[in-house]
Amino acid sequence: MIEVKNISKSFADQQVLKDISFVFEKGKTNLIIGQSGSGKTVLMKCCIGLLDVDKGEINFGKTCFSCFSEKEKRKIQKEMGVLFQGGALFDSFTVEDNVMFPLNMFTKMSLEEKRERVNTVLKRVNLLNANKKFPAEISGGMIKRVAIARAISLRPNYLFCDEPNSGLDPKTAELIDELISDLTEEFQMTTVINTHDMNSVIQIGQKIAFLHKGELWWEGDKNVILKTDNEELNEFVFSTELTRRINRN
Amino acid sequence: MKIIQEIGAYVWLMFQAFKRPDKGKVFRRQLMMDFQDLGTNSIGIVAVISLFTGAIIAIQMAYNIDSPLIPLKTIGFSTRQMMIVEFSPTIISLILAGKVGSSIASEIGTMRVTEQIDALKVMGINPANYLILPKITASMIYNPVLIVFSIVLGIFGGWLAMLVTGLSSSVVYIEGVRSWYDPFTITYAMIKTLVFAFIIASVSGYKGFYVKGGSVEVGRASTQAVVYSSILIIVFDLILTQMLLT
Repeated sequence: MIEVKNISKSFADQQVLKDISFVFEKGKTNLIIGQSGSGKTVLMKCCIGLLDVDKGEINFGKTCFSCFSEKEKRKIQKEMGVLFQGGALFDSFTVEDNVMFPLNMFTKMSLEEKRERVNTVLKRVNLLNANKKFPAEISGGMIKRVAIARAISLRPNYLFCDEPNSGLDPKTAELIDELISDLTEEFQMTTVINTHDMNSVIQIGQKIAFLHKGELWWEGDKNVILKTDNEELNEFVFSTELTRRINRN
Repeated sequence: MKIIQEIGAYVWLMFQAFKRPDKGKVFRRQLMMDFQDLGTNSIGIVAVISLFTGAIIAIQMAYNIDSPLIPLKTIGFSTRQMMIVEFSPTIISLILAGKVGSSIASEIGTMRVTEQIDALKVMGINPANYLILPKITASMIYNPVLIVFSIVLGIFGGWLAMLVTGLSSSVVYIEGVRSWYDPFTITYAMIKTLVFAFIIASVSGYKGFYVKGGSVEVGRASTQAVVYSSILIIVFDLILTQMLLT
């Protein structure tokens, strides 16, 4: 469980996050949604320790992560898996080396054990026979899957995904969403997903936080999001022609 | 004010970089890769430039010796001195600032804009230590080797030029090379090389590490890395020369 407690964050004069409190639950896919510029990415960056909060606390279980120094934060960061928007795979490494990287850094496993773990996670993300390929040689969907494999290779307690299906076709996007949802259940991770894709919201939104102009505007789940009378949320949810038509029908 | 901020950020980055590596085996692997990228891959350009420059220095010396009172062995002596004292440590370092410096800045800068550095950080890895320390170490170990190689090739280039043009005999040239040798000049060249190697790798690493934006900014950082490294090399050349030779 991750608890965000009254956090605020500003850049110069601009306040990006305003007194946000929310609980990301264990074993669930927790979604942060909102328009571009609403503060989703900043909130996630605060949660993973790439940005410091100005006010408030971020607690991982009972541990106050935001109170820690950089060095202390590293201990908790080793329990995190992060999927970045572009994958953030290391260009000079092969797929296998990318997935093996956290194992090389933080375990004392033998090469055989590491290879076995790499093959297991690659199989889990349905990526076989790509071990020796470089990131530049594989498709966008495959890059995301390798990034997921790398993120889960150390069996993390927390998984953060920043717009996991951006730039992907709807079919592949759905597969990625399903994969993240299944892995969350399988490893009982606290998964936090940053998205503005309504398909993801409907498909895997077990707990949803809607941010609007840096504030937590609404929270709920996929079952109630389409029935809400929150004006700003409805504007966001039914912003495309497709969702408007579905709503009319 | 901005320059003070930049110096502060540079010192902070170096402080982060010079920490004990998270894992020795991974550090050694990175170091080997950087030996290849920053050192071995520069042998070609260093060889060509040193060979030709040595030849040019020798020919120019030969044409400028008008007086019969100046012995012809001065050609060999001057070529050796110029290669050891200035050309190899300074000019080759400037060339490496262009080749290696831009490569370091663009590699690290691209890693920054594609979130690879963020990925390292959230894995609990010190990115400055993981990325910059092996490059500084590789440069400081490999550059002296390149500079010695450059000195030898430059002197050889001069000898080859004398042989082809007939401006001086081989024996006289070699006698000149062996004359009035002061071993301290090699120490002086090595000290300069080490300082310049540190400047090239650290300044370029710093410029790449703090890139913000996209490909245009990466290109700009790469150019700045070369410009800043080159200026610092010349400034430190003057300082070290004043300190060591006077």
